[in-house]
Amino acid sequence: MLNSLGREIPEYIEGIGKLEPFQGALTKLSKGWMDEPTIPAPNKAYLPHQNKLCNSLEEAILRSNPHNGMTVSFHHHLRNGDILLVQTLTILHNMGIRDITLASSSLNECHDPILPYMKDGTITRIYSSGIRSQLGHAVALGVLDIPVVIHSHGGRVRSIHTGKIQIDLTVIAASAADCEGNATGSHGKSAFGSIGYAVIDARYAKQVIVVTDNLVDFPCIPLSISQNFVDQVVVVDSIGDASKIATGTTRITNSPMDLRIAKLAADVIEYSGFFEQGFAFQVGAGGASLAVAKFIREKMKTKGIKGSFMLGGITSYCVDMLNDGLFETIFDVQSFDATVSNSLLNNRRHIEIPAALYANPFNCGCITNKIDVVVLGALEIDVDFNVNVITGSEGKVRGASGGHSDTASGAKLTVVVCPSFRGRIPIIKKRVHTIVTPGESIHVLVTERGICVNPAFPELEENLKRAGLNIKDIHDLEIEVDKITGIPAPLEYTDKIVGVVEYRDGTIIDVIHQLKEK
Amino acid sequence: MKPKIAAQSGTFESSDVIFLIEPLPDNSGRKLEISSTVMQQFGANFNRIVLEMLDQYEMTDIHLIAKDKGALEPTIKARLETAIKRSLDEQEGTLK
Repeated sequence: MLNSLGREIPEYIEGIGKLEPFQGALTKLSKGWMDEPTIPAPNKAYLPHQNKLCNSLEEAILRSNPHNGMTVSFHHHLRNGDILLVQTLTILHNMGIRDITLASSSLNECHDPILPYMKDGTITRIYSSGIRSQLGHAVALGVLDIPVVIHSHGGRVRSIHTGKIQIDLTVIAASAADCEGNATGSHGKSAFGSIGYAVIDARYAKQVIVVTDNLVDFPCIPLSISQNFVDQVVVVDSIGDASKIATGTTRITNSPMDLRIAKLAADVIEYSGFFEQGFAFQVGAGGASLAVAKFIREKMKTKGIKGSFMLGGITSYCVDMLNDGLFETIFDVQSFDATVSNSLLNNRRHIEIPAALYANPFNCGCITNKIDVVVLGALEIDVDFNVNVITGSEGKVRGASGGHSDTASGAKLTVVVCPSFRGRIPIIKKRVHTIVTPGESIHVLVTERGICVNPAFPELEENLKRAGLNIKDIHDLEIEVDKITGIPAPLEYTDKIVGVVEYRDGTIIDVIHQLKEK
Repeated sequence: MKPKIAAQSGTFESSDVIFLIEPLPDNSGRKLEISSTVMQQFGANFNRIVLEMLDQYEMTDIHLIAKDKGALEPTIKARLETAIKRSLDEQEGTLK
């Protein structure tokens, strides 16, 4: 069956179940309720003064009823410094556990060592917002029989509370925890900031293990994860490679191309009609995205504009803007560098939020719904403004859905920033390889060669033209770029589906086909 | 013509290409080693550009190594022309 973006979606996939085709960003939500029931969280019982401390991760896992076919979940706040995911799966593999469903909020390069477990039947299914590096390559080539499911950060919460992902065991890394399992990422030698993605796992997993390298006296404050959901606590020497978890401060790019794109994007925001007192703002941490914040910061100071809140993945640059008094509040679901943790811990206007509050579409309103302006990146964008942030130009899975579709659907102004081509590969396509965010959520594309406004928003185009910005038709820009780079030969794929891309409401926006290896 | 000396041009940066040329003994023909980050999408185009330019300069008894990181067509041509002229000792900047 075709979804509303013209992508062929199978009705059923063995191992995943019935699929519902995407019908529009807000179509399913506009009913006002969801048909899927919320499943009950597990009931547990602990005796007064019962000891939760375990001597090792292995012992804790042994006590957690490991079994074939289990679902194991993780959070990715330690980013490329995480070591617990690989350790946990290695322990399960060595116990002979097979047919595991891996449900991590995302997967990074540091998880490459689990590739052999995907080949030998230890891991047979994956739910994740992102897959990269060797794992992404292997997935694209069809290492798993059952397609991986790519979800957004908000969509993951929905999948858990509706029972699509039923977690048997979650392993939560904490940079500080007490003997009862109250835990946080906001202090300690391995501090990583917000632990927002893990909150839903703690609530719903049948077994919850908190792992820390910093056992503190009871109680561990703040209670980012609270003891009433935690079964066991393990103290280890290290929860990860501190140099890769969070270091120093994020620097603004000095690439001339990124700075030019960022400056144009800031101009777009300034003249869009949404740059006004009390506006809410989100930017990514990537090159051009974060650089937009630099130019917006200057414009806010010049014009005397004060914003309401910043949201999302938080960098030290956002913290600086909070401390400058340019924004009232930061809502933080994931922190990108070390200085953010201090702010999260000490500034009461810097608030740690769970993924459900950040972006889950099926509740009484997530904070992404309140965004005025969001700046996002893209691996590819097409003439219908559909965005791909999951598959690369060489056909591998190499990105993450993350909060892309969540924030794009909520914002009044969604700005996509990207170069018009990268290393001879045009970024503006007639048709993106994989759709993650539908074009209807994207208002404007900013490249170094011009600005393209989605024709669905004529008023915005009027505003920008009046300001004298260089507005181009996206079809013209696509042709212009093809003339510079030449037209790339298409990649070849088989009929086998290796990935399913869920939209945030659980409908299927696209599928990923197996790459033919050359 | 055959290269007189070993020569190189370009860099190993993104959107650039590096060419290395060495002379081979007489009657060796051409030995080409081309690699590119965009081989799948632009490999045929890259090979064609290289062969056309080698034909244009009637190059033979040449060992040519190309490592491309997504250079545009004018960049590829300019880098290769430079490498050829350097190897013929017609232009400065050789490895000697």
